Amino acid sequence: MFEIIQNVKNLSIGFRSKKGEEILILKNISTNIKKGETVGIVGESGSGKSTLALAMMGYVKHGLYTIGGKCEFNSSNLLTMNSRELEKIRGRKIAMIPQNAGQALTPNLKIGYQIDEALQLHSNLNKQQRDEKISELLNKVRLPSPDTIALRYPHELSGGQQQRVAVAMALAGKPDLLLLDEPTTGLDVTTQAHVLELLKFIAKDTGTSMVYVSHDLGAIAQVSDRIIVMYSGEIVLEGPSRSILKKPIHPYTFGLLKSIPKLSLAGLPESMPGSQPQPGSISRGCSFYDRCNFSSDKCKNNSPDLEYLEDLKTSIKCFNYKNLMNDNEVNQNVKKINTNSQDKEILTLSEVSISYAKQKLLDQVFNKITDDNPTVKDININIKKGETIALVGESGSGKSTILKSIAGLLRTKDGIITFDQNRQLPSDLKLRNPNELRIIQLIFQNPDESLNPNHTVEEIISQPLKLYFGLKGEELKKNIIELLEKVRLGEFYMSRYPRQLSGGEKQRVAVARAFAAKPDIILCDEVTSALDVSVQAAVLNLLQQLKEDFGTTYIFVSHDLAVVRAISDRVAVLYQGRLCEVGPSKDVYQFPSHPYTEVLLGAVLEPDPDIKPKLVAEDIVEEKPPKKGCSFQGRCSRIVGDICKNEIPPWQLTTSGNSIRCHIPLKELQKAQII
Amino acid sequence: MLFLIIKRILLGLITLFIVSLITFVGTEILPGDACTTYLERQAFGEQLEACYNRLGLNVPAYERYVSWALNAIQGDFGYSLSGEMPIKDVLGPKIKNSLVLASAAILIGIPIALILGIVTALWRDRLPDVAISTVTIFAMTIPEFISATLLILIVAIWLEWLPGIVIVPTDVTFFELLPNIILPVIAIAMIMTAHMARMVRSSVIQVMASDYVQMAILKGVPYWKMVFKHVLPNALLPAINVVALTIAWLLGGVVVTEVVFNYPGLGRLVIESISNRDLPVVQALALILASIYVSINLLADLMTLMLNPRLKTLQIRK
Amino acid sequence: MKTNNITEEGKKSSFSKVLEVLKTMASKPSGFIGLSILVFHITLALISPYIAPYDYKAIDPAMMLSAPSSEFWFGTDDLGRDVFTRTILGGRTALTVTFFGSLIALLWGGLLGIFCGLVGGKIDDVVMRVVDAFLSIPWILAMLLIVSLLGTTTEVLIPALGFFYGKGIVRVARAATHDVIAKDFIVSARARGHSNFSIMWNEIIPNVRDAILVEGAMRWSWMLLGFSSLSFLGFGVSPPTPDWGLMISNGRGLMSFAYWSVIAPIVGLSSLIIGINLTADAFAKALGIDRATKAPV
Repeated sequence: MFEIIQNVKNLSIGFRSKKGEEILILKNISTNIKKGETVGIVGESGSGKSTLALAMMGYVKHGLYTIGGKCEFNSSNLLTMNSRELEKIRGRKIAMIPQNAGQALTPNLKIGYQIDEALQLHSNLNKQQRDEKISELLNKVRLPSPDTIALRYPHELSGGQQQRVAVAMALAGKPDLLLLDEPTTGLDVTTQAHVLELLKFIAKDTGTSMVYVSHDLGAIAQVSDRIIVMYSGEIVLEGPSRSILKKPIHPYTFGLLKSIPKLSLAGLPESMPGSQPQPGSISRGCSFYDRCNFSSDKCKNNSPDLEYLEDLKTSIKCFNYKNLMNDNEVNQNVKKINTNSQDKEILTLSEVSISYAKQKLLDQVFNKITDDNPTVKDININIKKGETIALVGESGSGKSTILKSIAGLLRTKDGIITFDQNRQLPSDLKLRNPNELRIIQLIFQNPDESLNPNHTVEEIISQPLKLYFGLKGEELKKNIIELLEKVRLGEFYMSRYPRQLSGGEKQRVAVARAFAAKPDIILCDEVTSALDVSVQAAVLNLLQQLKEDFGTTYIFVSHDLAVVRAISDRVAVLYQGRLCEVGPSKDVYQFPSHPYTEVLLGAVLEPDPDIKPKLVAEDIVEEKPPKKGCSFQGRCSRIVGDICKNEIPPWQLTTSGNSIRCHIPLKELQKAQII
Repeated sequence: MLFLIIKRILLGLITLFIVSLITFVGTEILPGDACTTYLERQAFGEQLEACYNRLGLNVPAYERYVSWALNAIQGDFGYSLSGEMPIKDVLGPKIKNSLVLASAAILIGIPIALILGIVTALWRDRLPDVAISTVTIFAMTIPEFISATLLILIVAIWLEWLPGIVIVPTDVTFFELLPNIILPVIAIAMIMTAHMARMVRSSVIQVMASDYVQMAILKGVPYWKMVFKHVLPNALLPAINVVALTIAWLLGGVVVTEVVFNYPGLGRLVIESISNRDLPVVQALALILASIYVSINLLADLMTLMLNPRLKTLQIRK
Repeated sequence: MKTNNITEEGKKSSFSKVLEVLKTMASKPSGFIGLSILVFHITLALISPYIAPYDYKAIDPAMMLSAPSSEFWFGTDDLGRDVFTRTILGGRTALTVTFFGSLIALLWGGLLGIFCGLVGGKIDDVVMRVVDAFLSIPWILAMLLIVSLLGTTTEVLIPALGFFYGKGIVRVARAATHDVIAKDFIVSARARGHSNFSIMWNEIIPNVRDAILVEGAMRWSWMLLGFSSLSFLGFGVSPPTPDWGLMISNGRGLMSFAYWSVIAPIVGLSSLIIGINLTADAFAKALGIDRATKAPV
């Protein structure tokens, strides 16, 4: 048996509300971490997973306090240690890799100094040895030219590089236990896959135990030996990684795995109802009762204990888990999406270029260069009535930029946007007439920002109704109620403010507001990315239902290829503001593909330990598109020669109607590097 | 980087230009002019004509502005109405005395404010914070003339420790001035110090709550090392600009305090020249005080540019 | 269970919102003290003409500079006037002038700031340059100039103070507008094609209102400080109107043997300023705005 290095016993952490009630963030948590293993802690926001990870370092955030229990590291309780004792453990025995390294690195200190600081504290090396060690560490995390990186400030590095620096800093003290708090969240897909790969390598290389905290089952599946599932401050399931992901016996995990879209499956996954209860909400029964499909009367008033099942090596907190044990692996039932795409084109982008470059004072004085290398260039897409077309790509691919200029929020530099085959839309919002404004509506990524916090739901939804249709009084109210029902929210939501709604409910209000205008086209900008995993599928299903009811066309922007696979009829892949590939989704997700599509698909993390990401290209961050040649030349591993650097590749049409823009002949592209 | 510096300097100059226009136009559009005001009842006929000629008021306003502004740039503000002395000579020693007062207040105030601000932030919501914060609220709100009056009443009249009223000629040496300026400096520095201390406190608290400070703690960095290396440089950077604004605001307090203590600085001159409607002096004062304000802010901007790694690196790599 | 715990919260009337803010303010000792002092001063200003024991301008040479006694609670001044009477009346002008001055400052500063934040570009640049220029003239010089030339009546003082203290609000309102304007709900309103006016009224003002109100409350205490300094220098209200600044200025020369003539107005003025300040502080905290980062310009 492996030696236990971290032992959490009956830990409860909470805070006192303004009314003086004790509100629990962690409820009686017991678990342990063994030497050399990687444990994944998975849960939605608010499930207490980060609080638990921090407690394992003896750190409780300002405002929270320990109510009971202990966190023992090598048999001494971290939560009762004084700061001097903790300083000797933190960084040396237990180290943390934070979520957003960009904010976790001190802005005024150079990278080299920040690593050196850890070395000074936790090793006996002299100055010269430490300098060597810094280079060695930066090398180990695969950063290019460590010596120059050491002299830089954090803000001069890309997100992926910052994350690697954080890893190097954590490794400086040669810790026995590494805590990783969402270390890849917020990074681009390819960068995320690379960082994860590095972490796996380090775990193997150094034999360090790891605790990997994430909301992303895909990332957890790739790294962990054992998984702890948290829900509403409690551990609901804990066991070996493979059995949890393949045969989850807790209704929550079961539902969650069914609701996550997969790359291999087109169509919408089943959704889970409701959302996680807020901390402090009072319930005598099981915290998952309201959302559970397997619940019995017993669950309503009794909370199950965490029960250890010897044969499965699994702990579970559920009365009815036996009902799930008979099921085989999670069979994902997907609802095929009905494409009501018609042949009629509703929106055409021809030769659209968009430039962010401002004519700065300096430019005006010295050299009046017009931007010959715009952010987005030569976009030609025909969007058919009733279809869902997805624009995918990493940050900087120009997908949101294109969306903004369709909405008229960003003026195009060149090119024409045509509506309904013959009506040219003015590029500037102010020149569009009310009808031209009405036909295109937007749904944003983050409903917290897209709903005015000082307006009630009623006021929010009434705005387009008043503006476009001049509705008033009873009729206005009737329409609002109708719309609320359409998005599965009751009439009583009318008087609520956004802060009183959960993330999923807010996004439904935003959807209702968009549909209030009776638009022909809805632009969806990463509409599910800010939502919890368990809520995503419900919103996707709602969008699909509304689309079928109203015959709306969606332009769907996302970085998540699995979500795109689930909902879209057609996909356009963008890199650096240039199109790489456009075609029906089923073809884009198959070979032949553009080399960039290949990279993207390879990097997707699926919640299945048997599907490993395939890393093709380096995760370099390019600041600007190349001036000539193929936009992907800087990262492409299949460059055929100078032609890629000098000539813009031609469009090649596959038999199934997929267009790929590459110099490599289709036959060659068919022989994919990764299969 | 260089571009940014030049831009800031240009913006400062533009501000000064607008100030000069405002003061010139402001004094111009008011009823009556310098001569009618100055001569009062005798403002007619030859005397008025002579006055106009002497002050050059008989040429169009824009010409007068140009010549006034050009001279002002060279430090020549013309003649005062009452004293018939060059304004330059009237102002010179008084500016020097006021600067002594203001700089003493700044030199004492800033370090105290820093210490109080940091202490209150680090001991947030505990006794040192509650005590100091209560005192700073009082110090911040009491007008200078009240604290000055109370200081005189208590320290000078009841305790008889220090002179209450400054009775020295304008051109005394620094050391003769020293015992006289202690009370005025305290009165001036109080409000400013309290303001800055509160500002520093909130800035430090903000940084203490940041991800990178949490990271430093989790890295095992000892407390005081964390405070000095990770917290303070980042907390004090944004404070520079606010400190500059506070210092500029202090100029008003200097005027009032100087009047209370009868101090031979700009304060009394301001009051006198305005009571006597000595417009050329008022214009000169406005321009000089505005220049001080603009230069302090410029200095703060440049300091921020120098210290902020985000801006500093612009120069290296672009 | 869903979100039943918040069902009872719904849209509230603005009156109950004000009550709620007041309640939050009074729940902390400093806020309670501040509010009490402020209420005391306002009440005093309203009723003092009816309760004043003597005529504030009644000169009695026989009773010059007499010490506090049962007859004259706070003693008399150099003209034999009752200091108690003059003290309880002495805050009326200051309160009125600065209150209305703050309102003016709030209005023009707030609206101009929101406008600049919204339109941006060249107009914004030019306006902000001019505001900066005004900021760089020390307020005391500008105020003195204005009142010395236009007189010291309240009709002059209110707009002049309002103008000078409003320029700082311009900056705050503009910055708050800038913060809001980048949010998606504004982008959403713009994409729908709402007019600039509608966006300003419906989307921006509700979200910057709190920040501007807090700023206005702060201005009030600073304006009081400025106004009393003017009075003290002899450029505020004219004698024989009782005013704390003026009373302190008059009594100052004689305070070595008649300290009571300065102590009473000092206590009056200081307590009012502290009261307003504590209230503004509590107000900012109740609305969740950090006011300590602002400079007093």
